Amino acid sequence: MNNSIYTIVSNEKIAKDVFKMILEGDTSSIKTSGQFINIKLDGFFLRRPISICDYDDKTITIIYKVVGQGTDVLSTMKQGEKLDVLAGLGNGYDTSKSGSSPLLIGGGVGVPPLYNLCKRLIKEGKKVSVILGFNTADEVFFENEFKALGADVYVTTADGSHGIKGFVTNAFDKVDYTYFFTCGPMPMFKAIDAAAKTSGQFSFEERMGCGFGACMGCTHKTKEGNKRVCKEGPVFVKEEIIW
Amino acid sequence: MVNTKVTLSGLTLDNPVIPASGTFGFGYEFADIYDINILGSISCKGTTKDPRFGNPTPRIAECSVGMINSVGLQNPGVDKVISEELPKLAKVYKKPIIANVSGFSIDDYAYTCEKMDAQEQVGILEVNVSCPNVHNGGMSFGTTPESAAAVTKAVKAVTKKPVYIKLSPNVTDIVSIAKACEEAGADGISLINTLLGMRIDLRTRKPVIANKMGGFSGPAIFPVAVRMVYQVYEAVNIPIIGMGGVATARDVIEMMLAGATAVQVGAANLVDPCACPNIIKDLPAVMEQYGIENLTDIIGGSH
Repeated sequence: MNNSIYTIVSNEKIAKDVFKMILEGDTSSIKTSGQFINIKLDGFFLRRPISICDYDDKTITIIYKVVGQGTDVLSTMKQGEKLDVLAGLGNGYDTSKSGSSPLLIGGGVGVPPLYNLCKRLIKEGKKVSVILGFNTADEVFFENEFKALGADVYVTTADGSHGIKGFVTNAFDKVDYTYFFTCGPMPMFKAIDAAAKTSGQFSFEERMGCGFGACMGCTHKTKEGNKRVCKEGPVFVKEEIIW
Repeated sequence: MVNTKVTLSGLTLDNPVIPASGTFGFGYEFADIYDINILGSISCKGTTKDPRFGNPTPRIAECSVGMINSVGLQNPGVDKVISEELPKLAKVYKKPIIANVSGFSIDDYAYTCEKMDAQEQVGILEVNVSCPNVHNGGMSFGTTPESAAAVTKAVKAVTKKPVYIKLSPNVTDIVSIAKACEEAGADGISLINTLLGMRIDLRTRKPVIANKMGGFSGPAIFPVAVRMVYQVYEAVNIPIIGMGGVATARDVIEMMLAGATAVQVGAANLVDPCACPNIIKDLPAVMEQYGIENLTDIIGGSH
């Protein structure tokens, strides 16, 4: 973890209520895909935890949905403005278990952390399939970005306005996979847990106080004992999760 | 050269800045970020007789200049705290610590305090009397002078180290409770714990926190804390550790002027992991600005 000041390189709307922001600064504490950053915003007491979509040696890309006053303020920030950020938080995805053809499943704003993971898995020589689930066509983002990485991409929308009609599990019969990685809402997680043929890893969301393990605000009970979503998580293995 | 040393019941601290219980874990998480040996002391995560998972999530709600938490005293229980957590802290922190203890019966408090008292690392016992008494319809021990005194007496009977009673602000007369603790043998008073608060989500029309209510903390409660420290200082002759919304070196000085000998920093640690080292770094310059040579000289200076 590191705490420093980052400069906004860009901040643009990419779908309904969804923004992509690129930050420039210290990325040395980010070790793997699926970690998150915690952003301080003027006028708000607690930081905003947001997953890392992608990173390199000097930039971090985040994708966030405007869901409240904090993310609303974030969406109005301009290029050149500064943000106080805690970076490199949490334990991300472990790709060593992925097998030869992993499946990535993202729901809504659960899609972003899978992007860097997809990049990593393809670099490791894996055949990656991706299922992206949204409610409506105007919410869809990053379909082409995942395709550009070389993944097999399937998009589902609940109302059928884009791609396959239904939920992410409606696309399961189209893919052969050795393992899965997912991030998204709880109902989607439960459906995946019931439908998946293999083991996999789930990245959880929780209201956090600190984001770095101090306050115990985000603890989940697991079969391996109490785990903090911000510290031992956000990624948990299928077998340890208590639904 | 200003002097930031203060003394709590014979224990001299390099400075009065202490991370508050529940906002600093068992300290070692922060040792990755800075050398925690610069801290005056550390008040460790509240420890109970048995392991506790705590409350369901969400446990956290944001407020204007503060937050509500309802963690519910999650901790691995006193035996694991002693066998696992304290040794980890001992590797990275070389000064005496403050052991924060909670209980749900008088016997619980005595049991846990006796075990913590025997630990070499422990310099002071801080007894959180804001917990519900399971033998008394769940009423908090800290809400009447009689029950707060009963906890104090029971703990004093089985311990050798200084015992500080950490008081709840959710009472009508904190002064009478502080006095009762002093008469029962308390060596000091810590105050204030969090204020009972609540937030409601407009979208779901339900409380944000799973447990509905929780403890409100952060800079928003600082004036309440200063007032209560001031009132208790007038009434007792034992040292006070002041806390509640402290976030800056100026807050530390204000709290000490109200009557605190040392000061704890809570919610600020969660937003800014370097809140305590920043306060410690700023303290000498702020002391000079206000003509303070020895920090001990200003304790209760506003009375």
